[in-house]
Amino acid sequence: MSTRIADRFAKLRQAGEGGLITYIAAGDPSPDATVDIVLALEDAGVDFVELGMPFSDPVADGPTIQAACQRAIAAGATPTSVLGAVERIRARSELPIVIMAYANLVHRMGYERFARAATQAGVDGVIITDLPLEAAGTWIDACASEALATIFLAAPTSREETLRRVGASTTGFVYCVSRAGTTGARASIPEDLPEFLARVRAHTDRPVCVGFGISTPEQVAEVCRVADGAIIGSALIDRMAEAGPAGAARAAAEFCRALKAGAQGDA
Amino acid sequence: MEVQQAHPMPGAFGEYGGQYVPETVMAALAALEDAYWQCRADEAFQAEMDDLRKHFVGRPTPLFLARSMSADLGCRVYLKREDLCHTGSHKLNNALGQVLLAKRMGKTRIIAETGAGQHGVATATACALLDLPCEVYMGAEDVRRQALNVYRMELLGSRVIPVESGSRTLKDAINEAFRDWVTNVDTTHYVIGSVVGPHPYPTLVRDLQSVVGKETLAQCLEAEGRLPDAVVACVGGGSNAMGIFHAFVEHTGTRLYGVEAGGRGIETMAHAASISAGEPGVLHGARSYVMQDEHGQIMETHSVSAGLDYPGVGPEHAWLHDSQRATYAPVDDAEALEAFGYLSRMEGIIPALESAHAIAYARKLCPGLDPGSVVVINLSGRGDKDVVEVARLSGRDLILQGGV
Repeated sequence: MSTRIADRFAKLRQAGEGGLITYIAAGDPSPDATVDIVLALEDAGVDFVELGMPFSDPVADGPTIQAACQRAIAAGATPTSVLGAVERIRARSELPIVIMAYANLVHRMGYERFARAATQAGVDGVIITDLPLEAAGTWIDACASEALATIFLAAPTSREETLRRVGASTTGFVYCVSRAGTTGARASIPEDLPEFLARVRAHTDRPVCVGFGISTPEQVAEVCRVADGAIIGSALIDRMAEAGPAGAARAAAEFCRALKAGAQGDA
Repeated sequence: MEVQQAHPMPGAFGEYGGQYVPETVMAALAALEDAYWQCRADEAFQAEMDDLRKHFVGRPTPLFLARSMSADLGCRVYLKREDLCHTGSHKLNNALGQVLLAKRMGKTRIIAETGAGQHGVATATACALLDLPCEVYMGAEDVRRQALNVYRMELLGSRVIPVESGSRTLKDAINEAFRDWVTNVDTTHYVIGSVVGPHPYPTLVRDLQSVVGKETLAQCLEAEGRLPDAVVACVGGGSNAMGIFHAFVEHTGTRLYGVEAGGRGIETMAHAASISAGEPGVLHGARSYVMQDEHGQIMETHSVSAGLDYPGVGPEHAWLHDSQRATYAPVDDAEALEAFGYLSRMEGIIPALESAHAIAYARKLCPGLDPGSVVVINLSGRGDKDVVEVARLSGRDLILQGGV
């Protein structure tokens, strides 16, 4: 197994910092831009990058990520082109990279083939947003034989049995969805987050990260007091969209430096 | 493509169905399933449903012997008259049951998606009757094309929300309704309009529609003293077809035919024949046949009939197809339009364009059957909603200044 994910979390733990995980829609606005943006994110102190594999019908995503995926598809992004971008990033960087995909894209390529192609491109872990554990047997086996980390979602409404299976099946980190709803910025972090994370941790020794609705350095700091990492997507994409294609990488880096300060407890 | 294993998933039909949804929705699906099993066993709930079916929907609907068609086609052709249901189609069977269920669950808000507007109107109707606020997601493109149904929903007290994302049609309306549901799941029930979506929806909707087949079976026995040789129904998502098929699945002497939207022909990409020309995939929470490109992106579809214009199909149909219990075939726009006029002239019944696909297929099927075979066609809806569009396609513009 690639040890980039585990190594980074170990390093963060040693330094007493939370991890900053940033999501961008791969291929938005172009495949080349994705490579530049990821390298800029790394320079700005981002610990993990999550590349969204654009899908035509992203039901778990709010308006910001939907629009980003639509732009990427219009610009020609495909699962293969996204993995191509990962390969080019990997040639220049050891940043841990996680792919976030919807089930049909993986199903279409075939679970084994997808796992193989992702590993060869240099991907460290994969989240399939709408793949339930009940249907994940083939996928979990494929990831195990390719040494690709699995990342499953947990929600505050998850039953204990689900949390047990998430804990047992996750080899990367547990992606804790902070609240009901789709991705996108919210005003506050739910008050019962510590209790939810405690329930998740009762079933796993893997790192536990929180996403959905986190948008400011202050929120990152708040989350990192109880979690191993905070995941930011829509807020970052909004910044880049405001800056336009020419300024996107710089705007992203600037925002991420502030977020990373939050993860280090300095917000 | 690699062969996928069959998974022991809840709500699986062979290797189709399941619950391909983010973990945030799982608890709501489990709660819906629990409530549904309780209501199924609850006599008071069933009595209320029966009463509403009889006095509000207008059930049982007749099984009508179409004499002119029978003479023309050499079979005994019956029409199951779902077009006579209140609101003009079978859609109310499902909407009413789900809204009643939602009320039992203590939900205070209803949402639905709609393509052409028939399911939206049915849900709006059920919500007016049972006094729940209702919001209907509808693709912006469909809002423009179906202004009459938009106004009907508003008259019934519902709010129509145009969906501007994606292709701005039915599949995007479903996406948006799902997003709303995930966000407001504590207060809101999502009334899905067909036998699609994650478990328990395909089973729930099928069960609520199965009254169509139960009635048909009893009525056919009474009229003919035997079961039909063939049952024909159109398939978009497939709720009217599952409704009429379900009672007959175990009676293997009755052949089942599902008619898909062939659009401009399945050799073109402009159609919605998911089983005839799609491939297995995951859409809207279930594994089934899906119209998708080589990368797995869901394709935009086309049919002259908005109610069949959907890139997926209910997972139980996928299973009936693979197990060869039912036969699926496409009928194209031109054939459906011709059948629309044919039934109007022959029987004095203007069919919905969706149902006209089933009529068109029966016209091809009957001549090959033994003379005197008994064939039932599910006439799932009436065609008033389609008159303006059919006239436009034949070169007559009925939209007067300031009119519909």
